[in-house]
Amino acid sequence: MSDTSQADTALTTQDGVPLKVSIARALRRQKIRALLLVAPLFLFILLSFVAPIADMLFRSVENDLVPSTLPKTVVALQVWDQHSGTLPPEEVFAALAADLKVATKAKTHTRVGSRLNYEKPGISSLFRKTGRRVGKFEDGNYTEQFLKADKKWGDIEVWQVIKRFSTPFTAGYFLAAVDAEQTEDGVRFKPDDEQIYLFLFGRTMILSITITASCILLGYPIAFLLSSLPLRSSNMLMILVLLPFWTSLLVRTSAWKVLLQQQGVINDTLVWLGIVGDDSRLALINNQTGTIIAMTHILLPFMILPLFSVMKTISPTYMRAAKSMGASDWYAFWRVYFPQTIPGIGAGSILVFILSIGYYITPELVGGTSGIFISNRIAYHISYSLNWGLAAALGVILLAMVMVLYWMYDRIVGIDNVKLG
Amino acid sequence: MKFRSVLIAATALTMVSSVAMTADMTIVSWGGAYSDSQNNAYHKPYMAENPDVNIINDESSAEAVAKLRAMNEAGNVTWDVVDVVASDAIRLCDEGLAEVIDPDTDLAPAPDGTSAADDFGDLLVSECYIPQIVYSTTFGYRTDKVGDTPPTDICAVFDTETYPGKRALEKRPINNMEWALLCDGVAKDDIYDVLSTPAGVDQALAKLETIKDDVVWWSSGSETPQLLADGEVVMGSTYNGRLFSLIEEEKQPVAMLWDAQVFDLDGWIIPTGLSPERLAAAKKYVKFATDTQRLADQAKYISYGPARKSSAPLVGKHAELGIDMAPHMPTDPKNATNTFLYNYEWWADNRDDLDAKFQAWLAKN
Repeated sequence: MSDTSQADTALTTQDGVPLKVSIARALRRQKIRALLLVAPLFLFILLSFVAPIADMLFRSVENDLVPSTLPKTVVALQVWDQHSGTLPPEEVFAALAADLKVATKAKTHTRVGSRLNYEKPGISSLFRKTGRRVGKFEDGNYTEQFLKADKKWGDIEVWQVIKRFSTPFTAGYFLAAVDAEQTEDGVRFKPDDEQIYLFLFGRTMILSITITASCILLGYPIAFLLSSLPLRSSNMLMILVLLPFWTSLLVRTSAWKVLLQQQGVINDTLVWLGIVGDDSRLALINNQTGTIIAMTHILLPFMILPLFSVMKTISPTYMRAAKSMGASDWYAFWRVYFPQTIPGIGAGSILVFILSIGYYITPELVGGTSGIFISNRIAYHISYSLNWGLAAALGVILLAMVMVLYWMYDRIVGIDNVKLG
Repeated sequence: MKFRSVLIAATALTMVSSVAMTADMTIVSWGGAYSDSQNNAYHKPYMAENPDVNIINDESSAEAVAKLRAMNEAGNVTWDVVDVVASDAIRLCDEGLAEVIDPDTDLAPAPDGTSAADDFGDLLVSECYIPQIVYSTTFGYRTDKVGDTPPTDICAVFDTETYPGKRALEKRPINNMEWALLCDGVAKDDIYDVLSTPAGVDQALAKLETIKDDVVWWSSGSETPQLLADGEVVMGSTYNGRLFSLIEEEKQPVAMLWDAQVFDLDGWIIPTGLSPERLAAAKKYVKFATDTQRLADQAKYISYGPARKSSAPLVGKHAELGIDMAPHMPTDPKNATNTFLYNYEWWADNRDDLDAKFQAWLAKN
């Protein structure tokens, strides 16, 4: 680079390449190297995190099954006015017969039946039953043959449901996830006795906030103790905090059952001490109390650890300085020490809150009916009812709620105010 | 030198094992005493007869429906034979996730020549399903907590005055709704007609409301036996085999209340998407495991009734306890005076709807 400085036009390197180009080349190489270094993680996140979430988002609106299984019917139904109060014309029945003949061969008619059964009970068996008969249908006079196979085909509502869900995308799952449904007169809330999801979302929020608050109350003093003890004893205590981590979640939850049930250890002790009567044993499990106690215990380490690591960095000289200037113990703690621990409380609360919002094993085992979360319903729809669309919609709403809370936290406390150590 | 001999030995071993290569077959079931009974009655004799088959037990039946669907979507089905209850089999069949079974060719006839279709009779509730056993959901009660008048009637569950204390009921509408209507004066034959109307659903929930505060809701079959053993509940519903082991094996002060027990089936399905060789192997296993003798053998280990009519006379004594198994079968005439059969078709249609209502009712106190 000896002769570059003298040139007043373009600076070049020794071999005549303009300096700009040369630097850009070197930088590009660096960038590629950096990119290659993060590529494995990036791909991993893309494949194992972003893709499944995108798939879930997609599932919550996807409705391809109906138009792809009943293509002719969907086209034929376009001319039918669903408000007319009459059954669809013969062409629609003919189209459905043709579609069902193909579908029964591929055994997909029952899948459409179970899909539409989410919207109107009875369609599942209607499709199964008609699928067995449709192979023997003769040409012509399809309306009559369908009605003979099952008189439910004379129910206009069945046809309205098929028409309403004949688009490749649907808002039906999201509506169901907020206790609403689409009817011929537009969107409306379901009757009171069928509303459950909004209620459960609310309860999940309230219980999670309660659990987070009790974790702060119980965890703060422990973290304070841990950070102020000499290393030897604080390490010993730390192992006690971490010990539950090494025990299976199910074992811990079952242990709470033994402790909390009405013939359990706690109630037996209270009766023995004469604090409660034998016939008025406390109901500590299979209700919200059980969920709060068991989950606070399980999530407590997630609160203690960030608090501890933040408190560890707070120099004791601040407190001494405050006291030397005449502050009382409480005033020094509240005005000097506590504000410095807020980043730890923030980190711990976010961890505990987000973990508890998605918990379902513990509430299922100790929550009875009043202590279950929205995740229990999501798990139910994934494993038992196979209504993955609804499960996806509920999951999306839960995700959105967490993001809104995260945003609110950022606005109120500031996300850079979160410290894990 | 030593290293070389190890190497030679290792090579030799690899060669031996590749000669005696066995085909793995993954059979999915419920685990616990139930899997043990299948292992003794089916898997062991099958592997003795077919040394080239190695059966691997998987205990995922509780999540079988969701897992099979996920496997099918991923295009990699790793299970060969799956044990599920009938309602799940119907759903799997509807979703195209289970192979259709032809009883004439895929199942063994009875020893007297009766065709498999006739031998199983009405129990072939889905074209994809081969039932093994009839089990029932029924009540057990603590004999020491019911005084001098032990309950003989299902409506004792709703009678908290005569039988105070908590009851364990399953956290789902199926069975509970039927029992509630039955005890609210609805005739047995009219139950599903009544339940098909919104007023009928309200009626059933209103009846359940009368004992709501006294109910512990369970979701896993092992909970009721535990609750009974701990004295947490005075009576509770669960599967009859669980109560059998609680009473006969663990000698707890519990007795059976067979009244209004609900029969259900448990059996095999073969997943779709298997390679032709694996499908043939799975079918061969299923044919063996559901013949008359094998089904009767299973009853030696667990108190569930064989699904074939021809197996009933062959049911003998318990393999370890040495007691006669016939009186402990839900299908025994003495126990089966008042029974329901799970109404598969009706629940397949109405399950989602009623479950929403039931859960909404449960959640709101």
